[in-house]
Amino acid sequence: MFINSNNLSAFINDARVRNIGFQVLIIGALAFSVWWLMDNTLTNLENRGKSLGFGFLVQTAGFEISDTLGTWLFDYEVGVSSYTDIYFIGITNTLLIAVLGIVFASIIGFGVGIMRLSNNFVLKYFATVYVEIIRNVPLLLQLFFWYFAVLGVLPGARNQLEIWGGLGGLNITGLYLPAPIFQPGFGLVFLAFIASLIIAFVASRISKKKQDETGQGFNLLFIIPALIISITGVTYVIMGSPLDWTFPEFKNTGPIFKRGFQDDAGMVLVPEMLAVLLALTLYTAGFIAEIVRAGIIAVSHGQTEASYSLGLRPSITLRLIVIPQAMRIIIPPLTSQYLNLTKNSSLAVAIAYPELVSIFAGTALNQVGKEIEMIFMVMSTYLIISLITSFFMNWFNARVKIVER
Amino acid sequence: MTQNSHNSVFVRKVDAETLPPPQNEMGIRGWLWRNLLYSVTDYSSVSAALRSLAMIFFTVLVSYVGLTQLWLLLDFVFFSAVWSDPTGIKREACWTLSQGGTLPDDWHAACWPFIFAKLKFLAYGPYPMDELWRVNVTGLLGLAGLCWVLIEALPYRRLVGVLMLTAYPVIALILLTGGASEANYFNATAYIFVGLALITVGRLGQRDLLGIVASDFASIIGFVGWSLIVFQVLMLIFSVDVGLKPVGTGDWGGLMITLVVAVTGIVVSLPLGVILALGRRSNMPVARLLCTIFIEFWRGVPLISVLFMASVMIPLFLPEGVNFDKLMRALIGVMLFSAAYMAEVVRGGLQAIDKGQYEAAEAMGLTYWQSMRQIILPQALTHVIPGIVNTFIGLFKDTTLVSIIGLFDLLGAGKSAIADASWSSPVQAISIYLFVGFIFFIFCFGMSRYSIFMENKLSKSRSH
Amino acid sequence: MKNITIAIVAIVAAAVGYFGGTSMNKEAPAPAATETETAAVEATLNAVKAKGFVQCGVSQGLPGFSNADDAGNWTGIDVDVCRGVAAAVFGDASKVKYTPLSSKQRFTALASGEIDMLSRNTTWTMTRDTQLGLNFAGVNYYDGQGFLVPTKLGVKSALEMDGANVCSQTGTTTELNVTDFFRENGMKFNLVAFEEADAVVAAYDSGRCDVYTTDRSGLAAQRTKLANPDAHMVLPEIISKEPLGPVVRQGDDQWFNIVRWTLNAMINAEEMGVTSANAKSMANDNNPAIKRLLGTEGTFGAELGLSNDWALNIISQVGNYGESYEAHVGPNTPLKLDRGVNALWSQGGILYAAPVR
Repeated sequence: MFINSNNLSAFINDARVRNIGFQVLIIGALAFSVWWLMDNTLTNLENRGKSLGFGFLVQTAGFEISDTLGTWLFDYEVGVSSYTDIYFIGITNTLLIAVLGIVFASIIGFGVGIMRLSNNFVLKYFATVYVEIIRNVPLLLQLFFWYFAVLGVLPGARNQLEIWGGLGGLNITGLYLPAPIFQPGFGLVFLAFIASLIIAFVASRISKKKQDETGQGFNLLFIIPALIISITGVTYVIMGSPLDWTFPEFKNTGPIFKRGFQDDAGMVLVPEMLAVLLALTLYTAGFIAEIVRAGIIAVSHGQTEASYSLGLRPSITLRLIVIPQAMRIIIPPLTSQYLNLTKNSSLAVAIAYPELVSIFAGTALNQVGKEIEMIFMVMSTYLIISLITSFFMNWFNARVKIVER
Repeated sequence: MTQNSHNSVFVRKVDAETLPPPQNEMGIRGWLWRNLLYSVTDYSSVSAALRSLAMIFFTVLVSYVGLTQLWLLLDFVFFSAVWSDPTGIKREACWTLSQGGTLPDDWHAACWPFIFAKLKFLAYGPYPMDELWRVNVTGLLGLAGLCWVLIEALPYRRLVGVLMLTAYPVIALILLTGGASEANYFNATAYIFVGLALITVGRLGQRDLLGIVASDFASIIGFVGWSLIVFQVLMLIFSVDVGLKPVGTGDWGGLMITLVVAVTGIVVSLPLGVILALGRRSNMPVARLLCTIFIEFWRGVPLISVLFMASVMIPLFLPEGVNFDKLMRALIGVMLFSAAYMAEVVRGGLQAIDKGQYEAAEAMGLTYWQSMRQIILPQALTHVIPGIVNTFIGLFKDTTLVSIIGLFDLLGAGKSAIADASWSSPVQAISIYLFVGFIFFIFCFGMSRYSIFMENKLSKSRSH
Repeated sequence: MKNITIAIVAIVAAAVGYFGGTSMNKEAPAPAATETETAAVEATLNAVKAKGFVQCGVSQGLPGFSNADDAGNWTGIDVDVCRGVAAAVFGDASKVKYTPLSSKQRFTALASGEIDMLSRNTTWTMTRDTQLGLNFAGVNYYDGQGFLVPTKLGVKSALEMDGANVCSQTGTTTELNVTDFFRENGMKFNLVAFEEADAVVAAYDSGRCDVYTTDRSGLAAQRTKLANPDAHMVLPEIISKEPLGPVVRQGDDQWFNIVRWTLNAMINAEEMGVTSANAKSMANDNNPAIKRLLGTEGTFGAELGLSNDWALNIISQVGNYGESYEAHVGPNTPLKLDRGVNALWSQGGILYAAPVR
């Protein structure tokens, strides 16, 4: 076919063709940069006598890690556990902080956010001052502050602050609490608990559907807890009470280092963890409070007035009218805050809490020297966590989203 | 019937006298009623009473906690603090009796002489003493320019703004580093000629003198040519020996480095964020995908692992012998990180723009970039001013992380001051942390206030 | 608007170029990398000469070893090794740039090429020599790990420490040693490992740990930072061998030799009585060993790829090992460390440098 210059011109000026050309250019440039970086890296590694590989993951680790959920869950033992265990211990401890932090920060954040809109000036100004201070001071600084403030006020290692008459105790080495010991058969009790939750969920769905159709539902307020307790409880009894507790033990006699709380009794939350949790929770709560406040303010005042004129009380108005609408505005930035909290937990490295960056990309990295592999693993882990959180929050967002006309 | 009823109806002929508002709506009593009592005095039903009682409990609790904390803080910072060290005994000035000092054993308050002694270090880090005026001049110039741009009563704000974005960074860089970098004059001249050639090609292309293909890319070629020339001229300017003593970035520190990182990050992350946001909403799948991946990557990984990579791993990815200044790497890390966050904020603003605006711009025959620049972005950016400023504040606070990689920013300088054994005392660390926290608070709080001010002003101008 | 955009882009680019420029313009070593495999790895000396300074990794602040004052001046015996290398290469001990590194960053920084040498109280171990791809150029301080405890606890021996809370720094051999020590003696302990030494000191000072463990020299140094140094004591036990020394990357033998012989030159100088004060006059001494060291006889400097007065520069500008020791960690410093095993072999210690011959 004959192509004259007009056709060519039309071809080149076609927006689609240009777009494709532009994109091909981008892909080419990208591929080249990636190749260039990889080539450099491989050359450099070869020159330095190092190789890539994940063989280090099966080596055993020779350093102690302080008692945390991770070490307990993976039964950490020096000289036996491998670097893979270290990796998972790190993830566990990171996730523990992230999950607890998200829960507490949400509770405090919502509370403070509503306080800021209160017509009680004491609460309002307290909340305002709190939010302004927390949001305008770097987290790392707050982390140091809380850690050394926490250490400063706690009783020394040979003293304790008793909690609930010896059920628990607190001193500078940590918060000691009763620890569960799972006997064989506890798994079934747990399964029963899950099953009862599912039943309760289904029941509430049915009830809601019935209410939507007929305007009458069952009153599930007491039925659901009763259901859960009875199913779990019955299984528990049948399995022969497969759950024991050990209680913290405090000694005042013996060799000096044996005094204080004993290692093998109860469980301990180390002060590093408490400080990280405190700092992250308070910090993120400050941001969540602002998000909640902005979300509530954004709900048209007419909605509140309409609700009042229908005779609904302020608390019900807040719960049934304002918050559901505000949630739509709140959730996207809230997701960001949750992700930030998870990522910020990596700052815990500064105060010796054994999370992923600290023990895997820190201590372990120093023992085996596989920078590229280990940093790659750590970054991918955080990416996956954040993608999962995003995914879950997007799903939740889609559910609470008001269907627009 | 109607007549009768009309007669029986009372019709007021004179206005009733205006009554004063109820006593409890006025003055202090009214204020208290509205702001405190209203929420705690409803006992009309059991639940209302419970709520009121709970409110009283909370109010008392919060007042108690707030006031005691405030008192503790004031006492720590002012009343009990040690203010001077006239005899020059350093750390012993802040020691208690049991440590060998003179203060009572339960004393626990700020040690200000320590801060005063370290003030210079906190502000400039190890910057050479004799050259501090350069930092001061840079800072004052920046402050003056910033105030000029922000205060609306002043004339030529636009001109000053342009100068602040173009001439000021050059002056600042020369002042802070001392200029006189090595330059290859031959290469620079060659590049300038190449640039001139490119511009010529661009011009010719725009006049359709080179055929269709060139005309398409003429403006891009011209742009590249201009960038090349400006870049080389700048390199030549930096190489001029202005007679200042060179000071490497390794000698920078304290508040100075915090401000350098923060200001550069702020200035660069906004345009970068806008480009990324536009890319993410582009209709080209590849550009969209890349921008999305870029944004999600930076939002997904912790800044400290990025900085770890930037500070000690970069040479692994570059050819042998090629390296960057450490400060520059930290800067790039922080910039890309906040650009990703900025992109999400801007995207929020873009989404909030009515679709009609896009369509109207298109219908007017505006090109993509024209419509973005004239119609969409101005609206979108004003929408999200609070978000933008929040990202700025976040970036400002994130600069503290560079202390982890061995740059002595404000927090890093503070930490290294704590390591000074000649001042060591139990209150040394907390004094520094309070002081550094206060400085950060001033900057961040200032930014947030200005954003609220702008927001109010813009929302007013919108509603008129 | 567009012009401003150009200007901003160009300024950013220029700043990148400005900061990166010094090394980016010199692409001479780079092409060699692809041609022969060894050329690139032996290029450290060339690269150092080209950029005009030695980039030396040091600690983030360990008095006596490597510590910076408010004006950014680094001092210490580890710093003196860096200065010595600069004196050997450039004839000017001040041509060093320091990179403060945490213990966890140090090997990565060295392996990546971020620094040319690491002189940061680093223990020579087999793993580090083999798996991490490093080479230890010698030992500039023989140390051993010890324990610091508050005197009021009344502990006399490390064997009484069953159940103790122990603070240490992460990414060090101390973490491994202390773990071994407690396992070996069938004792339990809790380890709290911090990223930065200053955090360890602060935590120990606040009572979070009963025991602070690190190299004994480090204990002496960090102890000066405690609120009340006299209320603490170092336990008698030494639980490990900690030969501390400068480190370079594997594969560049020339650079390795320069660092190794810088250290050897400082030790040999002390043995021969050459000091910073008399080095210039001793160069014409009758003793041939001194002549060889100071470059008036033979071509030893040239064999290293340096000038012949390399060692003369080191000693006259930095001093011999003994001078460096006395100035930074000796009995007259706050650290108050006796020479002990770090004395010359001829004086009852184990410092024994190979001869210049």
